[in-house]
Amino acid sequence: MNFEYTEEQIMIQQAAKDFAERELLPGIIERDEKGEFAKEQMKKLAELGFLGMMADPKYGGGGMDTISYVLAMEEISKHDSAAAVVMSVCNSLVNWGLETYGTEEQKEKFLKPLARGEKIGAFLLSEPEAGSDATSQRTTAEDKGDHYLLNGTKNWITNANSASTYIVIAQTHPDKKHKGINALIVDKNTPGITLGPHENKMGMRSSDTHSVMFNDVKVPKENRIGDDGFGFSFAMKTLDGGRIGIASQALGIASGAFERALKYSKERKAFGTEISNHQAVAFKLADMVVKIENARNLCLKAAWLKDQHLPYGFASAMAKQYAADIAMEVTTEAVQIHGGYGYVKEYHVERLMREAKLTQIYEGTSEVQKIVISRTILKD
Amino acid sequence: MKILVCISHVPDTTTKIKFINNNTALDTAGVQWIINPWDELALTRALDIKDAQAGAIESVTVINVGLVETEPTIRKALAIGADKAIRVNLEPKDSFVIATQLAEVIKKDNFDIILCGIEAADGNGSSVGGMLSEMLDIPSVSATTFLDIENGQVKLQREIDGGHEVIATQTPFIAIVQKGICKEPRIPSMRGIMGARSKPLQVIEPVTADSLTELVNYEYPKSKAACRKVDAENVKELVQLLHEEAKVI
Repeated sequence: MNFEYTEEQIMIQQAAKDFAERELLPGIIERDEKGEFAKEQMKKLAELGFLGMMADPKYGGGGMDTISYVLAMEEISKHDSAAAVVMSVCNSLVNWGLETYGTEEQKEKFLKPLARGEKIGAFLLSEPEAGSDATSQRTTAEDKGDHYLLNGTKNWITNANSASTYIVIAQTHPDKKHKGINALIVDKNTPGITLGPHENKMGMRSSDTHSVMFNDVKVPKENRIGDDGFGFSFAMKTLDGGRIGIASQALGIASGAFERALKYSKERKAFGTEISNHQAVAFKLADMVVKIENARNLCLKAAWLKDQHLPYGFASAMAKQYAADIAMEVTTEAVQIHGGYGYVKEYHVERLMREAKLTQIYEGTSEVQKIVISRTILKD
Repeated sequence: MKILVCISHVPDTTTKIKFINNNTALDTAGVQWIINPWDELALTRALDIKDAQAGAIESVTVINVGLVETEPTIRKALAIGADKAIRVNLEPKDSFVIATQLAEVIKKDNFDIILCGIEAADGNGSSVGGMLSEMLDIPSVSATTFLDIENGQVKLQREIDGGHEVIATQTPFIAIVQKGICKEPRIPSMRGIMGARSKPLQVIEPVTADSLTELVNYEYPKSKAACRKVDAENVKELVQLLHEEAKVI
């Protein structure tokens, strides 16, 4: 067993840290306040290759491993989780899904511009009445011979406006239930697609989240990923990897809050000494760092399994549930350590606390992760 | 034109410095090593010029005098965008030894523009660039804050007290680079990082050169004196203390 990072992994971690501190941190409070997508910063992040970092270099990607991705996601999320979720959706869901299950023609046409960072992707699974329960898809993809006709509404879609390429999960054969679901690659500019207003969220406010409505949207047959009925399986396999991204995001939110709380506790004085000298604060910091280390190890273990081509669904569910839950705990304590200052925006920890909440909800709630975990341990 | 950027391998500038062996050596345990920040700015400017003037700059090479442990730092420079690298396999003892090694390489390889950071963030010697100029008998421009090539002509600016001097020179020359040469160091791209190992890193053996100086020992800076408060009414005492004790007026 080796806990050391490679030279490349350290360089990627440092590059992500430098980018986050230099490009994302300035202006984050205003972007969060206004719910403004970091368009310019995303362009730079894409140019550096972060949006396609794991895709095969033959398709224009960085060819990096999942460990590097975890490290980069953590660093970006310390300062701007809304930027990190763009990275997560592009890398874990859209690019990985296309690269693993797409045809060569699909990869040539759709993956290449995504892997090179020229385009942004979105993954459209959630619906008004189907979030974590992805089997109950109401969006339909009617088989019309040479094309599918898409109708329905998708909810909470990250990158909905900024993306050019959508992967849409929709029901083709309702009688076959989840085995009738398909995954389709859809150009966002196809006639019949409309967006709802930008969601006014509690956290990750600058993430570009909308509902997407499909009204008789024609999708060529060749845009279906895999065989007819593969869509549900595709979504589940893709989400296994997506969980590593969101777990690493939660980890970054937690470590970003911890680093700020640690710094503050060594500067702020109360009762004649720095508050870090008070055991009540010191023990909070100790608890925080242990939780973060555990979360990091779970993320890295899941990433390592994925890189070794070993089953990682169980590990990624554990990483996602634990990292998200401790992100909520750690950010709450970081606000507590900051006292009144933690409750105002300049100190960032209140924002991180709002962001942490979402990691317990999206890409499978903590409760859904526990279903995955418990079913795995109880199945024999 | 061929550009050479001389890079030093230095501890991260946030490192808490500790000395060992009776204060004769730096305790390198846990130290994170980086490209000397001024050298990184020089490299960034070299790459910016190369990008802006496709074809005018044949290559950007980085060189370091150091043992094998400096290679991750060298590869970082390759990841940032240098085309190739040279490592002179020698533990750098003093500025003279380093400059001697660099001069040997430069003589053989005919670089047109040689860039050095104004100082290294560890030893702060500020002397390699000037020594190189003397050894190679070529011009050097100190405290360079601007460098560009326009229609084949080199234009530089250097910092002077209260302003800038604009300088033209012929190649080859050495620019000793100060902050301001570029806005910020480049962040390596993902492809740059993954491609760094496939770029040439030539290791060459050093020539014989004796150090001209010897490090006796390091000393820590004196810890800051405690803050003294002078009564707001007592201006006379304040002036006296500033004059006699702090010696600032």
